[in-house]
Amino acid sequence: MDNDDDQVVKKFMYMNRKAPYGTIYALESLEVVLIAAAFDQDVSLVFADDGVYQLTNSQSTDDIGMKNFSPTYSALGDYDIKKIYIEKESLDERGLTLEDLQALTYEDEDDDWAEKDSIHLVSREELAEVIDQQDVVFSF
Amino acid sequence: MSMLHTVNKSPFERNALESCIRLAKAGSSVLLMEDGVIAAMQGTKYSQSMAEAMANISFYVLGPDLKARGLSEGNVVEGVKVVDYNGFVDLTVAHDSVQSWL
Repeated sequence: MDNDDDQVVKKFMYMNRKAPYGTIYALESLEVVLIAAAFDQDVSLVFADDGVYQLTNSQSTDDIGMKNFSPTYSALGDYDIKKIYIEKESLDERGLTLEDLQALTYEDEDDDWAEKDSIHLVSREELAEVIDQQDVVFSF
Repeated sequence: MSMLHTVNKSPFERNALESCIRLAKAGSSVLLMEDGVIAAMQGTKYSQSMAEAMANISFYVLGPDLKARGLSEGNVVEGVKVVDYNGFVDLTVAHDSVQSWL
């Protein structure tokens, strides 16, 4: 990420803790993230608690009359958002593994555009550390 | 007299299901819907209390809400019946009253 010397880059974190569709939080968070991506900041996303359900594979909303926004997460890599943290304990409590979630990747411009994994599976302890390093945390 | 209880909140987020199970009379039914469908899944930390509650209460889960969240009908706790919207209507008709736990 290129920035002018006088430009301040802050660490922004988006904390996603709710299941999709039951409330508007998941969709609102995604929209805010995509808008904020235009400002060249250091952005990371967290999926913890029921937020891990936002990334489940094979969501199909045909029968509930709502838009399935889960394919949009795969665009995050193109917006240069490549730090996506998933709390392992949240998956465990729900009987889920990474296999149940969609893969999210980005193309590394410093490595001949090699496709790399955006998802970091972290423990509660590691996540606490990452949160502590942020300048701003947005809660959804 | 039997009552249909509906729960639309995740057990991880609210205690609606816990209260519902505690206060529903034996022989009544519980329909899990919206974020409440999370409680129907196997392997969660609530699966055990669901299995225990099923001794006295019939559990149903709304299929369209499972599908929306990428949750497989084949992975629900044993004994929980998956219904569609028509099934929801049938349940409403089959019970004397409906109680929504918000």
